[in-house]
Order: sequence, then C-alpha cells, then structure tokens
Amino acid sequence: MVDSSGDPLLRVENLVRSFGGIKATDNLSLDILPGELHAIIGPNGAGKTTLISQLTGQLMPNSGAVHFAGRDVTRLPSYQRSRLGLARSFQITSLLPDFTAADNVALAAQAHDGHSFRFWGAARKEKHLRDAAQAALARVGLAQRGDVPVSELSHGEQRELELAVALATKPQLLLLDEPMAGLGVTESARMVALLKELRKEVTIVLVEHDMEAVFALADRITVLVYGRVIASGDPDAIRNNEEVKRAYLGEQHAVTSHG
Amino acid sequence: MKSHINVRNVVVALVALGLLLLPLYSAVTGNIFILTLFTRIVIFALAAASLNLIMGYGGMMSFGHAAYLGIGGYAVGILAYEGIGSGFIQWPVALAASALYALVIGALSLRTRGVYFIMITLAFAQMAYYIASGLSRYGGDDGLTIYKRSTFGGLIDLSNRVQFYYLCLFCLFGGVYLIWRIINSRFGMVVRGVRSNEQRMQAIGFHANRYRLVCFVISGTICGLAGALLANNTDFISPAGMYWTRSGELMVMVVFGGMGSLFGPVLGTIVFLLLEEVLSQFTEYWALIMGPLLLLIVLFARGGIMGVLGRFSRG
Amino acid sequence: MLVLVEQSLNGLQFGLLLFLLAAGLTLVFGIMDFVNLAHGSLYMMGAYFAATFVAWTNSFILGILLALGATLLLGIALEFIALRHLYGRDHLDQVLATFGLILFFNDAVRLIWGPAGLSLPLPAWLTVPVQIVPGVFYPAYRLSIIVVALAVAALLYIVVMRTRIGMLIRAGASNREMIGALGINIKLLFTLVFGLGAALAGLAGLMQAPILTVQIGMGENILILAFVIIVIGGIGSIRGAFMAAIFVGMIDTLGRAFLPDLLRMVLSSAAASTAAPALSSMLIYLLMAIVLVVRPEGLFPAAKR
Ligand SMILES: Nc1ncnc2c1ncn2[C@@H]1O[C@H](COP(=O)(O)OP(=O)(O)O)[C@@H](O)[C@H]1O
Ligand SMILES: [Mg+2]
Repeated sequence: MVDSSGDPLLRVENLVRSFGGIKATDNLSLDILPGELHAIIGPNGAGKTTLISQLTGQLMPNSGAVHFAGRDVTRLPSYQRSRLGLARSFQITSLLPDFTAADNVALAAQAHDGHSFRFWGAARKEKHLRDAAQAALARVGLAQRGDVPVSELSHGEQRELELAVALATKPQLLLLDEPMAGLGVTESARMVALLKELRKEVTIVLVEHDMEAVFALADRITVLVYGRVIASGDPDAIRNNEEVKRAYLGEQHAVTSHG
Repeated sequence: MKSHINVRNVVVALVALGLLLLPLYSAVTGNIFILTLFTRIVIFALAAASLNLIMGYGGMMSFGHAAYLGIGGYAVGILAYEGIGSGFIQWPVALAASALYALVIGALSLRTRGVYFIMITLAFAQMAYYIASGLSRYGGDDGLTIYKRSTFGGLIDLSNRVQFYYLCLFCLFGGVYLIWRIINSRFGMVVRGVRSNEQRMQAIGFHANRYRLVCFVISGTICGLAGALLANNTDFISPAGMYWTRSGELMVMVVFGGMGSLFGPVLGTIVFLLLEEVLSQFTEYWALIMGPLLLLIVLFARGGIMGVLGRFSRG
Repeated sequence: MLVLVEQSLNGLQFGLLLFLLAAGLTLVFGIMDFVNLAHGSLYMMGAYFAATFVAWTNSFILGILLALGATLLLGIALEFIALRHLYGRDHLDQVLATFGLILFFNDAVRLIWGPAGLSLPLPAWLTVPVQIVPGVFYPAYRLSIIVVALAVAALLYIVVMRTRIGMLIRAGASNREMIGALGINIKLLFTLVFGLGAALAGLAGLMQAPILTVQIGMGENILILAFVIIVIGGIGSIRGAFMAAIFVGMIDTLGRAFLPDLLRMVLSSAAASTAAPALSSMLIYLLMAIVLVVRPEGLFPAAKR
C-alpha cells in the first residue's frame, strides 16, 4: 500500500516559522509518501499545529518550501491548496456553527464542484450536493444527524463532522490535527476504526497524543520537539529510539510493545 | 417539515398585503399624505434590504451605504439636468455607477476587518459626500432640483402618485425576492458560510474575499436603484442625503427589523420611519425618545422585530 | 510667506484640537475595545457648557473650568448609566447604541438651548494679536489654544508613559486579561478613562467654541475626523493619534487656505471655490484609505493582538 519507491506526495524542505523569539518550526524537512499514514507526535508546544497550518496554507513559513504532488505550494493560499487535494481538520473544532451538519459537508462538496457564482437555484435542493454530503456523513457515522445544527451536536459528533467535511473535499492528502482530542473511550475507539478504513483510500498525516492509537495506525512516525524533527521512522524504530524515550515517550507514556 | 404558518410569517404576509392595498385605502379616504409617506418608506425599505444582504448575511458592517443612495440619485439628477430624461438611460447608469463604486471601495475595504472595515466604508462614503459637495455645476452643497421625473416612453408615469408607488413597491418586492434567491443559492451559501467561519471556508476551498466582494457589489447596486427611486420621489438631490448619519439610519432600520432575516429590514424601516413620523407629530424633539429607544433595543432586543416575533412563533 | 506661517499655525492649532478629541477616543477604544460615536456629542456639550457658564459667571476662566468639570461628570454619568453595559458587545451594537445617543444629545441641546446656536465671546485680553516673530502677528487666543493643548498632550504623555495608572492603561490596551489578573478594579479604571476622554473632548469643544459658533451637530463632522485620525494612527496609540492629528489638521487647514488659488489656475473662480473645500476634505479620507490599504493596522499599531 505504501509506495516508497516513487516521489513523495508531500515534501517539506527546511521549513522555518517563528513567532517573535520562538522558532515554532525550526528548519524542518519531511517527506510524506503516497498511501502511508504518517503520524506526527511530540509534546505540547512542539509545533505540530503550526506545521500543519503551513502545509495547508493557514500560515505562511518564513523560509523553506512545501511541495505537493510535484508542485511548489509554499506561497499558495489555503483555498488553492484545498483545490489541489490538501484537506485538514482543526485541533480546535472549526465548523460553521449556524448551519446544519449536512450544510457543512455540502459546502465542502460544493467547493470542489465547479464555481459557486450561481445566484439563482437553491443550493440545498441540488441533489448531487446532498448526496455527496450524505455519503460523507455516513462515512463518519453521522448519517442520521444531517439536519441537526452544528451547535446542537455533541463534541464527539463535531469531531466526526470535522472529518466528514475534510473528506467531502475528496482530498489526496488528509491532515488530521488531534482528531481524538476530548473524545471518550468509545468515541476514540470508533475514530480509530474509522481511520483504519480511511487509510486504505487516502494518504493521512495524523497528529495525535493518544499513543496507543498512533502505534496501532501509523506506518511511519515523526517526532517533533521544539519545532525540530528528533526522529523519524517506523513504529518499532521510534519505540526503541533512545532520544525519543528521553525527550518524550519515556517520561509520559508507557508504551507497551504490542502497541 | 416545519409549518409555515407562524406569527412571524402571518405578520409578514399582512404587512405585504397592507402595502399592496395602501393606494386603495388612500383613494377611499382621500388621505394622500399616507401614500407619499409610504412611498418614501418603501424606497428606504429597499435600501435597508440591500444593506441587510451584506450586514446580515455577509457579516460586512458597512457604515457607508448612504453613498449609493446619493450615487443612484445623482445619476438621475445629473442626466436630467443635462437633458437626458429617459429612465431607460438614467436608471441603468445609476445602477452601473453604484456597482462600479461598490467594486472599487469594496476591493479596498475588504482588505480590512472588523471595526476598521466599519471605519473605511464610512470614510469612503464621506469622500463621496465631499465629491458631491464639490460638484459646483450641479449645485454643490445646495443640491440639484430635478424638474422632470424619469420617463419610460409612456409605459409608466412617475408623476402619477399611485403608479410611482406601485413602481417602488415592485422594486422592493423584486429586490427582496432577488435577495431571497441569492441567499439560498450556491453563492449565498458561500457568503453566509464565510460570515460564519471564514477560516473554515478558506480551508475547504473558497476564496472568501471574492465572494464577499461580489456580494458587496450586488448590495450596492440594489441600493443604487433605491437612490434612483428616491431622487424621483423628492425631485431633488443633495449631498446631505449621503451624509454619514443617513448611513447610520439605514443600519438602524436593519437592526430594528432584525439583521439577517429576509423581511426584517422592511418591517424595521416601516417602524423606524413611522415612529419618526408619529413622534414628530407629538413633539418636535422626537429624537429624545428615538435615541434612548435605540439604545434599549441594542441592549435588550438584539434580534429586532423579527427576533421578537420569532419568540412568539416558537412559544 | 506670512500667510503660510499663519496658516501653518492654524493647521497646528486645529491638529492639536483634533488630538485632544482623538486621544480620548483612542484610549477608550484601545482599552475597552469600545467604539463611541457619542464622543462628538461630548465635544458639543463641552462647547455648550462653556458658552453657558461663561455667560453666567461673567468670567471666561471660571466658566471654562466649570464647563470642563461638567463634561467630565457627564461623561462619567454616561458611562455609568449606559455605556458600560456595552463593553464586550460587538462593535455594531456599540455603533448603533451610541448613534442613538447622538440623536438624543442633539435634540436635548435643541430643547435646552434652542436651535439657533450660541456664541462664546472672548475676553479682551485674549483678542490682542501677539507678535510671534518680528513682523508676524498671531491671535492670542489661537496661540493659547496651542499652548494649552501642547501642555495637555505633554501631561497625557507623562501620565500614560510614566505613571502607574498609565502603565495599567497601556497594559489594558495590549492585553485586557492581564490587568484583570493584576487584581485591578477594572470597572473603576474604565470609568476613569472614560471620564478622562470625555473631559478631553469637552476641552476640545470649549476651546473651539470662541472660534466657531456653538451649534447642534458640531460634534459630528469632527468626530469622523477623529475616527480617521485614530485609524490612521493605529487604534489605541496615543503617539499615533498625535502624529495623525497634526497631519490631518495641517492638510485640512492648508488645503482650505491654498487649494482655491491652486484650483483657480485650472478652473473658473466659482467652480474653484466650491471644489476646493470639498477636495481638501476628500484628501483626508483619501489619506486614510491609502493608509488602511497599505497598513491595515494603522501607522503606529499600539499592540499586535
Ligand atoms: N499565533 C501564534 N502566535 C504566537 N505564538 C504561537 C502562535 N501559534 C503557535 N505559537 C507558539 O508556537 C509553538 C508551537 O505551537 P503549536 O504549533 O500549537 O504546538 P503543538 O500543536 O505541537 O502543541 C508554541 O510555543 C506556541 O506558543
Ligand atoms: Mg496543536
């Protein structure tokens, strides 16, 4: 499934981004291969969210480059990157609170279905948008919740909706920023099962604190500390990496060898 | 499906019916004043509805909407002064000039957000105000009298009170219908989505400002039409009509009625202008009541009239 | 040449007045995140109070001091009764509510003082021309405006930059949570700042009163100018407000003084005299538009939020 022979889907080269004095991304390079599920872990404040935001265009780097599918996207605004097939979820849920779940997803589908300078026909009556929305909702287990306003969804449902919105843009690369943040045990298990399905279809970058989930899902893991990559490799290599143990895993998570 | 019969919709239907039948009432009772008053109200309602499109649905708090009233009006006034009396020329020019102005100031203003946006739209409108004051050929500060209303090749006579009223009402209903189609269209969903969460909309692939700008232009164009109507109604046009307090009044009408509700601005305008009319019959100092009332509405009735009616609908 | 000196001084004087108005506005805005359209009404009230109290007391100085106190009290009362409920609301609410207050104040003034407007005559000792440099005379009153306004500006600078309360004000402008965390009585601080802003607006109004007529709506045009100034200067920045105010005062005054002659070279005389004031007013808004487009946060942003 992972294609390590050809070109990477996403290539990050010497990326730097600082906030005042802090280097949140410090000369970071990284390759994401087509088909892999690549986890990015690291303590809070390591610069994981900042990295994702530079990959999807919410933030611009100070220097360095991002190539996606062979194209230099370093300076592209986020809406153009979305068109190219980059999609993300946000660590802090970012949805359209005044709309229903189905609207949220339908708009994502609409964004990738020609232009939206159509002023007359009712968008909610366009069947293929509705169908696309319904499909994405079903995918994440929200098939029955389409008509519910976002503000009335539970936190867990909102996290699932984040994912459905990203999926509805038909991405080539899905970047998920702590999709399990704040979820309960059963909800987390559902999310893991869902990601296991999704990874068959789309390349995924997963930022996650839940080590059990990370080691169960990831093909490769990259460890960030202070904006720098301190290790990158397959789960076993990371588990046994002395520096990682010292800097991160050792102190806070007892990772069992069966993952 | 939710039932469509609720207090809110009944009130809206009754008001619409009332507006349709008003000339009849005026004819039966011989009360001409009420027809003139409501012609004015209907025109301002159109302006308020256009402002609501960007404020209520687009989240763009424009404090310069009176400029379009002026631009639409001056287009009619200047062309009439130069001997071009046909509405078929005057009105398209009024709309095009408003659209062009909206395009330029929108492209600049939309680089800013929040209170800076409020201020820059205000500043541009003041600029338009001073440009108008500087038009010495067209009366400068004193304004310009329009001796002949727009002609439409005998199709409709704007000097006829009833015909003019129905033309205005047609424009209002047409405008509201247009806005209704727009806000439910693909385009409208995007604009409303951007208002709700711009970052999210960008992330799923929408160039937010492009949609905002088009919405801004549509709104300005509709308001320019209101300006053309208003100039014909008053037979006069002057910079005073585009002073910033007029923009403030338009905002008040929108908020009175309920921002982001389709018919709210119409109700808001009716209430605001009627209140002004009624209060000023009791006292010369009507603003002593209107001012604090506005404060109270902002403090305690944020959804405006539509919000209050909506509460009845649910309860 | 003499005219240029005189007009430059006029521009400086007008700019300083604008600064007094803008300083209060920018402080209130920077600290409370509050847009106060009624600031112009306080300016108007300052002028009306001054005209009234000077007539009552028959003393220019005493009347002016009373007017200043009255505006301060009015500002505090206004904050206490109405405006503090609007902190934390969105800017649109604040714009609308204070727009309502403008309507209220205009009609209240009409009710109390009548529609005609008042004049505030100067005492004889302020009407003599003063020789500032050999051969150049300048009205004593305008000169005293410059002196007073500069003194107030300096005082304000010292208060904001050198005192504890100023430290709180600056802290509040850049980080609202922080002053809360310091255990400061924020409500009191806000009321105080608002009162200070009101007094400054009143001072601007009453100093302007002898030069222009005291009339309804006098605060509205100048309020918009003050907003332009704080937007150009950067919201919350006293220094920015000062620079922008002087700049705007100069453009406005010099534009009005010299544009007619310049325009007469290309336009007919009548057209030039209509177009010139319009053009000089426009210049200011044009300047603001350019600043906002190039630097959306203003020239001297007080703090990056
Ligand atoms: N907008 C911002 N302004 C200033 N500092 C920021 C900003 N965003 C992130 N940071 C800083 O950058 C560092 C990395 O943050 P972040 O990417 O959110 O880390 P993570 O997602 O790994 O927890 C932190 O020190 C954080 O304080
Ligand atoms: Mg994070």
